[in-house]
This record gives sequence, structure tokens and C-alpha cells, in this order.
Amino acid sequence: MQLEFISAGQIILGVLFRFWPVWLALAVVLGASIAYRRRLGLYGQLFDSYVGVAGVLICLFWVFTALFSATVAPFNPLGQIAVMKDALPGAIEPESGQAFLFGGDKLARDVFSRMVYGSRIVLVIAPAATVFALMVGITLGLPAGYFGGLIDNVLSFLANLVLAFPVILLFYLLVTPGIMDTPIPYAMAGLFFLFPIIFFCTLFYTRYKHRPRLLALQLGLTVLIGGWVYVGLVFDADPLGIISIRPNELNIFVAVVFASAPGVFRIVRGLVMDINTRDYIAAAQTRGESPWYVMLWEVLPNARGPLIVDACLRIGYTAILLGTLGYFGLGLAPESPDWGTAIKDASRLLRSYIHPALPPTIALMSFVLGLNLLADALREQSLKD
Amino acid sequence: MLTFITRRLGTMVLTMLCLTLVVFFMVNLEPNLRKLSISQLDMRSSDEHIESWLVRNGYRDNFFLRYGRWLGVVQKQPNVNPQTGQPVPRFSHCNEPAEPYYGGILQGDFGCSTKFKTTVAAKLFPALGATGILMFWVMVTMVPVALLVGIFAGMREGSRTDRTLSVASIATTATPEYVSGIFFTVIFATWLGWLNGSAATATSQGISFHNFTLPVMTMAIYGTGYIARMTRASMVEVMTQQFIRTARLKGLSFPGVVVKHALRNALIAPFTVIMLQFPWLLTGVVIVEVMFRYQGFGYTLVEAAGNNDIDLLLGCSLVSVFVVLLTQLISDVGYAYLNPRIRVQ
Repeated sequence: MQLEFISAGQIILGVLFRFWPVWLALAVVLGASIAYRRRLGLYGQLFDSYVGVAGVLICLFWVFTALFSATVAPFNPLGQIAVMKDALPGAIEPESGQAFLFGGDKLARDVFSRMVYGSRIVLVIAPAATVFALMVGITLGLPAGYFGGLIDNVLSFLANLVLAFPVILLFYLLVTPGIMDTPIPYAMAGLFFLFPIIFFCTLFYTRYKHRPRLLALQLGLTVLIGGWVYVGLVFDADPLGIISIRPNELNIFVAVVFASAPGVFRIVRGLVMDINTRDYIAAAQTRGESPWYVMLWEVLPNARGPLIVDACLRIGYTAILLGTLGYFGLGLAPESPDWGTAIKDASRLLRSYIHPALPPTIALMSFVLGLNLLADALREQSLKD
Repeated sequence: MLTFITRRLGTMVLTMLCLTLVVFFMVNLEPNLRKLSISQLDMRSSDEHIESWLVRNGYRDNFFLRYGRWLGVVQKQPNVNPQTGQPVPRFSHCNEPAEPYYGGILQGDFGCSTKFKTTVAAKLFPALGATGILMFWVMVTMVPVALLVGIFAGMREGSRTDRTLSVASIATTATPEYVSGIFFTVIFATWLGWLNGSAATATSQGISFHNFTLPVMTMAIYGTGYIARMTRASMVEVMTQQFIRTARLKGLSFPGVVVKHALRNALIAPFTVIMLQFPWLLTGVVIVEVMFRYQGFGYTLVEAAGNNDIDLLLGCSLVSVFVVLLTQLISDVGYAYLNPRIRVQ
């Protein structure tokens, strides 16, 4: 059967049209941000430079694409329509009359829809893994930098141990189908996911220990919410059935946190050692504040600038790591629409068809570029202060 | 300085022991052993058959005993066939002495590859050589380009050149190898047809411009941006120093100041960065070698990991960990040597 095609101009218009919820949301958010930028602190200052605007724009674009992917994508990312195998961009699918804007891949799926749905996977796992890595790195880096001595030596040795591992080898050892039969990923998840709970409990305890009612409320909420998420993620036994994660996704998540937490640890440790010499730390110590109060309420807020910049870069780096995992076919399901897997599938057939390869590569590159630009603009702004 | 190096070497040995122990544990997990035995026997082997194969080949011995054997501090026992009483080698493709012997890493015996049906040494070292060639060309292209870009960008902070080069280097750090590799293949191999989209011929027919440019380019581009940004930051810092202003005020030309006064001071930090880039390059090597089918270290590592080739994977991890730690050591020592302010007592 002969396929009908739409022209190149129509493809561009079609793509622009498909993204209409994203444009709408972008217009609303950017309009509001620029109107109120004087009152928005660091975020508002980003709009003073072109680099910052570009970074915010690209990042928000992908955030909204992930949010509205069900509306943006015209087809099911896993659905195979046999006629459309390796179809060139702009081919019209006969039954629905809608075009495969970026063509079809070798399993006759819509490349455009897969790219859009892929953003969902990347934009959920990468920021979430970065947050957990930050929690682990901060909770361990603060005491290492603050106390020094034995704690520092032991923790630094462990961090260097993980950092000496080539990332790819780590993934080949940690993310295999076999390892899910062993308790290792669950034990690691159990350990890592404990850190946010410990972090917030200590955070509230050190500040509000003289106001027992408020403290009880905060600790209760932390343990309740934290425990709920914890049970859902680690044991996959959420009583309400809202939070669940597939074993292979948990495995990836844990491996990514494990690979990036030592980096955060090092940065936090260095920052703490630097801030430790300041006068306000000495003042707090003279006041008789407990070490953890000083760490969490005096040191950490003053280390936030570099940490925010690092978090931005790290989300991008995690997205690259996820892509690497997908590229080597580790962890993610083979039909998963994430960008790394799509790149792997397409790169094998590069000689005959290039159109399935380009959308996911450009998507991944632009997302990481957006985050890097954002980090660069943030760094510029924080240096100005 | 000598005690510093000795202490670092001590930590290095300890780190390597810990890491190899971890890798040894991970490759010997139950599912991996099962996979290995199934690949050595056949798909339909019964559970007892698999179990007896594992016992016979010593995979069921005490964990630390086996680690000791791999390391070469515990004797390896030959397999004895219970029917004939004759020793039989574990794998037909590697010669094993018929009497107990010490044969581990310390003796230079890396063991036996089950995937490539040869000794690990015979597979690993040629692969390392091939990767060495790749790394050499990557370094030769990456380092000068990155340093030049960084110096030009950092020379006059905030200028148009600086902005353009900075955004360009940010863009390259946002492009991992598997992305740039695809772009380059599409442009240079599929569209223009100038270059080969695969480096498979580099192993058999030797390296040529056609088959080697794409892998080298792909690998170099990711690191370039990073090193360039570090160089730029270091250059910017140096250019604001008092001695640069003095040099300018005493009437030296701007290029003269840059070349004579700024460069030497600005290149200390990038040296460390370049050295610490090696672990990064290792990941890059794996991606690029798989993408362009170049039979080097990365390709071997992927094959070993994919087929759970225990000895080969252990050999690969030992080599990579060694490279990483060695470059860290060189970077520390070199930094202390280059920077007179940080000379270790």
C-alpha cells in the first residue's frame, strides 16, 4: 500500500501545533515570571541574561512536555501500526488520517510520540534521583566536613572508592536482570531512602526542640509521609496503592543515586570546610548551639548557592547517565520510549534510516543543554551577590 | 614528597583490594553463576547438573578462599576427574598445571576467558593496546583545542569571543558520546560519505583517516568543553591578578602578557582536570568502541559483562580501577610539583 505524505512545511506546522498546551503553559509562566521578576529573588534574576532566559525556556519546555505528554503525543508510544514500519517523516497513517510527524521506527511506532513520552521517564527519574543523591551527600558530607578526623577519613575513603569505579562498570555490575533476584537493590534502596527521613527529622529537631508541640507535629508528618513513600518504594507495599515502582526502575534509580551521591558528598564536604572558618559559625558555637544545629541551620543555608548550581548540572548529568543505561540496554524495558533506548535502537540502523535517530538525540541534548545554561546563569548571578 | 607518594600508594593498594573484592562479590552472585554454568553446559541442563558443574569447578568453595586464589595468595587445586583420577583442566582452551599452584594476579595470571575461549591476558592486553592508540589520538586532538579555546575565552572576560566560546563549550558538555556519535555519523558518513561509520576495519586493516576520525572526534568533543571551561575559569582568575596589571602598566603588549605571564599560571588547574578526565574517558571509550565496533578495551568490557565472563570482567575492572587511581596520583603529584605554593612538606 502506498503511503501519503505531508510536506516539510506541514510537518513543522504540525509539530508546532501538537505542542499547543506546552506553548500555552510556557506563555503563562514566562509572562508571570517576567512581570514579577523583581520579587522572585534568584529565579527572577535569571531573566536578566540571555543565557538564563534560554536555560529557563528549554527546561520549562521539557517539563511541560512531560506533564502534557498525553495531549501532545498523537499516538500510543508502544502501539505498532504495521504499515508504518520505517515510514519517512510526514507519512499519513491511513486509519486515523493523522501523520507520523517524525516518521515510524523499525517496529512501526510513531517516533514523535515516543520522543514526547520519553521525556516523562527522563524528567521523573533524573530530578528524583538527584534529590536523593543530594540528601545522601548532604547528610554524610556535613559531619565529614564539620568534624573532620576519623569520620571524615572513613567517609572520604568510601566516597573515593565509589568514584574510582568507572561508571559504566558500576552499571554493568549493579543493573542486571539477575541482580533483581538478590536482595542487593532492595537493601541499597532501603538504605538510601532512609536518608531524607533522617535529614528532615534532624532538621526539625535541632531547630524546634524547645517547642514540643510544633516539633511533634513536624516529626509526625515527616515520619508519616516519609514512611509512606518508603514503604511504597522499597517494599512495594503501599497500603493505599498510589506509590509503586517496578523492580527494574528501582534498580536504575538506586544505581544512579549510588553513582552520583559521592560527588555531592565531596562538594558538600569542601563547602563545609570553607564555611567552617567564618565568624558566624564561631558565634553560633559560642552561643552553645549543638553541632547538628550549626551544620543544618548555619552552614547549609550558606552553602546553597553552589549546591543549587551543582544540582542543575547534576540533573543533566543524570539524564546523560540514564541515556547511557538505555544505550547499553541496561535496566529499562526494551520497548520503553526513553531517549537512551530509542537512540540505541536507531543507531543500529543508521545506514538505512536516520530519521528515528535524530528526535531522541536532539531531545536529550537540548534538555541537558538547557540545564547547563541554567546552571551557568545561576552561577553568574550568585557570583554577582 | 616521598612519604606523600608512599602514603598515596598505600591508599591506592587498599582501594584496589576493596574494589576488586566488591567486583568479585558482584560477579559471583548466584544469578551470574547460574548464567555462566548454563552458557558452559547447555540450555536444558537440570538443576543438579548445574550444581554439580559449579561444585566441580570450585565455584562453590568459600568466598574468601576463591578471592585468595584469584589474587594468588592461595593455591589453586587442579580438577580431578573422579572416574579416572586424572586431573582435567577447567576449561579446555587454557592450559592448567596438573598440580596445585599459585596462579593469580600477583603471579601475573589473569585467568581464563569463557567468552573468547582463550586466556584473559591474550585477550585483554591487545585490546588495551588498541584502546591506547585511540586514547592517544583523542588526547592529541582534545587537549590543544580545549586549552586554546579556554585561553581565548578567558583572556578577556565578558567579551563577544568569550560568550560565544563559553556557550559552545557548554553545548559540547551537554552532548554525550552516544549523541554526538550519531550526529557525526549522520553528517559525515550517511550524508557526505567522507568517513567510515564504523571502525571495525581499524583492527584488521590498520588505522586510517577514514575509519578512525569519527571515533576520535566523538570522544574528543565531550571532554573538550569541560577542559575548556576549566581553563577559561583559571585564565579569568589569573587575568585579574596584580602581577598581570603590573605587567600591563609597565607597557607590555597584551599578547605578551598573556603568553609570558598568564599562561604558565593558568595552566596548573587544567592539568589536574585533564588527568582526572581519564575516568570519564573510560566511559567514553566503552560507548565509542561499542558504537563504532572498535575492538578495544571498552568493547571487551561490554562483551565480558554481557556474557558474565568472570575472569575477564575482573581483569577489566582491575585495569580500569588501576588507571583511574594512577591518574589521580599523577594529578596530585603533578599539581604539587607545578604549584610552588602547595609543595608538600
